[in-house]
Amino acid sequence: MTSLPVRDDRAGLAQPGVLALLAALACAAAVASLAIGASALSPGTVLAALFGGDVAPRDAAIVLQLRLPRTLLGFGVGAALAVSGAMMQGLFRNPLADPALIGISGGAALAAVAVIVLGVPAAVAGLAGPFALPAAAFAGSLLTILAVQRVARGDGRTDIATLLLAGIAVNAIASAGTGYLVFGSDDRQMRDITFWTMGSLGGAAWPVVLALAPFALGAVLAAGRWAGVLDALLLGEREAALMGFRVEPAKTGIVIVCAAAVGASVAVAGVIGFVGLVVPHLVRLVAGAGHRLLLTASALLGGTLVLFADIVARTVMAPAELPIGLVTALIGGPFFLWLLIRRRRETLS
Amino acid sequence: MTTWLPVAFSLVLASIAAAAEPPARIVSVGGAITEIVNELGLGDSLVAVDSTSQHPPAMRALPQVGYMRALSAEGVAALHPDLVLLSDNAGPPPVIDQIRSLGIASRMVPDRPTVEGVAEKVRAVGSFLDRQEEAEAMARDITEGVEAVSAVVAEIPDRPRVLFLMGLGRGAPTAAGQDTAADAMIRLAGGVNAMEGYEGYKPASGEAILAAAPDVLLLPSDAVEAAGGREAILAMPQFAGTPAARHGRLVAMDTLYLLGFGPRLPRAAADLARALHPDRADAFPKPPADRS
Repeated sequence: MTSLPVRDDRAGLAQPGVLALLAALACAAAVASLAIGASALSPGTVLAALFGGDVAPRDAAIVLQLRLPRTLLGFGVGAALAVSGAMMQGLFRNPLADPALIGISGGAALAAVAVIVLGVPAAVAGLAGPFALPAAAFAGSLLTILAVQRVARGDGRTDIATLLLAGIAVNAIASAGTGYLVFGSDDRQMRDITFWTMGSLGGAAWPVVLALAPFALGAVLAAGRWAGVLDALLLGEREAALMGFRVEPAKTGIVIVCAAAVGASVAVAGVIGFVGLVVPHLVRLVAGAGHRLLLTASALLGGTLVLFADIVARTVMAPAELPIGLVTALIGGPFFLWLLIRRRRETLS
Repeated sequence: MTTWLPVAFSLVLASIAAAAEPPARIVSVGGAITEIVNELGLGDSLVAVDSTSQHPPAMRALPQVGYMRALSAEGVAALHPDLVLLSDNAGPPPVIDQIRSLGIASRMVPDRPTVEGVAEKVRAVGSFLDRQEEAEAMARDITEGVEAVSAVVAEIPDRPRVLFLMGLGRGAPTAAGQDTAADAMIRLAGGVNAMEGYEGYKPASGEAILAAAPDVLLLPSDAVEAAGGREAILAMPQFAGTPAARHGRLVAMDTLYLLGFGPRLPRAAADLARALHPDRADAFPKPPADRS
């Protein structure tokens, strides 16, 4: 089972080469993200701020309290979304699968919109405070996925087709609920909802980074465990079981880990579309479909894409800031189309 | 004795001078707040405004920090402001916290769409900018200006039913219910809000609009333009059966002017009142022309 045919079905780059390239890109994105922003800070100032040199307090605060947490948060969100997307596409054997499909984002959005419109009950307001919205979004995504899984589970096994269909149904219900709340909202809340559903890393702060870290890291680390079974699943569920993989626990585990990771990302940065769906495809186009490489590479590329998108989001209109979801789609979409067209020409010729 | 007196005196003078020195670099977030800063004569100190600050027209040339509920902390910091004036509707909250934690002086200005709210807003901005006296005078002018309109309105027995539409939308147009700035303006100008039974802005069905039987349609000027003009709107099926369409009564006004609840409130109220009561138009005070 270590030499499945999917491993190298494309004359892609060698594995270490791809990973080294992506890691280098990720580092470049992180450096750029720390160096570029609405405030013009010299590279020397940024370095001095990072390493405790002598800089004006406001410049130091911009680097340490705004840019550094934002860079880490952006990378974590991108990695979590992309690795979840890669796992979902493998699990469902469906190239269109992304975390939104099985209701995770919908459930998170419903809960977050409920907090924006209905407010936080006074009893928990003191406890949750600024974390009420992220906490609700996270709880919303987990509740949704538990409900979907319950529907799809029978005599000890989860039916993937039912899971997908139940996800679509739950998504529809959640978006109806969101729509109802939007209808009842005032002008101000409606603006908040609109901006929240387009995503932003503007709320990045150290506690937020710490809140996301276990989920993003956990998803990336856990993904490695499932690379083998995801490869085998490409051949079919029965085949994977015949090859000796314990398919059921993997299915449950993957769904829960994805829900937690995506729920946490949506909670801290709103809805950032496109990354979870397209980054795994980008990786497959250049490096083949083997999951051991795909999962790690997706995490790196997802983080990188979100960082670059965020740099654009906060500089093109500076001092104003664009919602990042617009930028991920605007940068990623045409690039993805270009890759598709190029590959189509290659296979035709 | 002869030495310390002048020193003490000059110290006192210096501290007075320092106190009266308004911030040199101001960022203003909120259309009405920006208008007030300009009216206080400190427009030249503004280095950036938000996207709701569209008046006076010179403001449109300033750097924009974005929509007031979607601010960026570093964007604001990059302008090196001495003071950030924020409408209490500004956000998002984490960004406001970030701006504070960067050590940038910021002040929250209360923003309520009432006559008292405008006076409160003016006084708050005045105190933050060390222009208390000017602000007090402005608040008094505004209050008196609105009272003058109310005094005329009080003598007019008829109250036309007014339907304010935020925009025509693609499906149902968005109408103003209770507890909105539009509702407050309609009442100030001697009208009745034709839409009853809900708060905020909601899409209204054609039937509900017919049932509301508005005598006057009130729309933002840009929405009228976008829809192809007055005649086109009055001919739309959901309006065609209303008294407003039968009598050709559609009033178009600039949104910030009508709903901004800033220094131009008395003029906006008088303008709307004249439009609602054309037969009494001359009775309403004509405030001095716009200074800016």
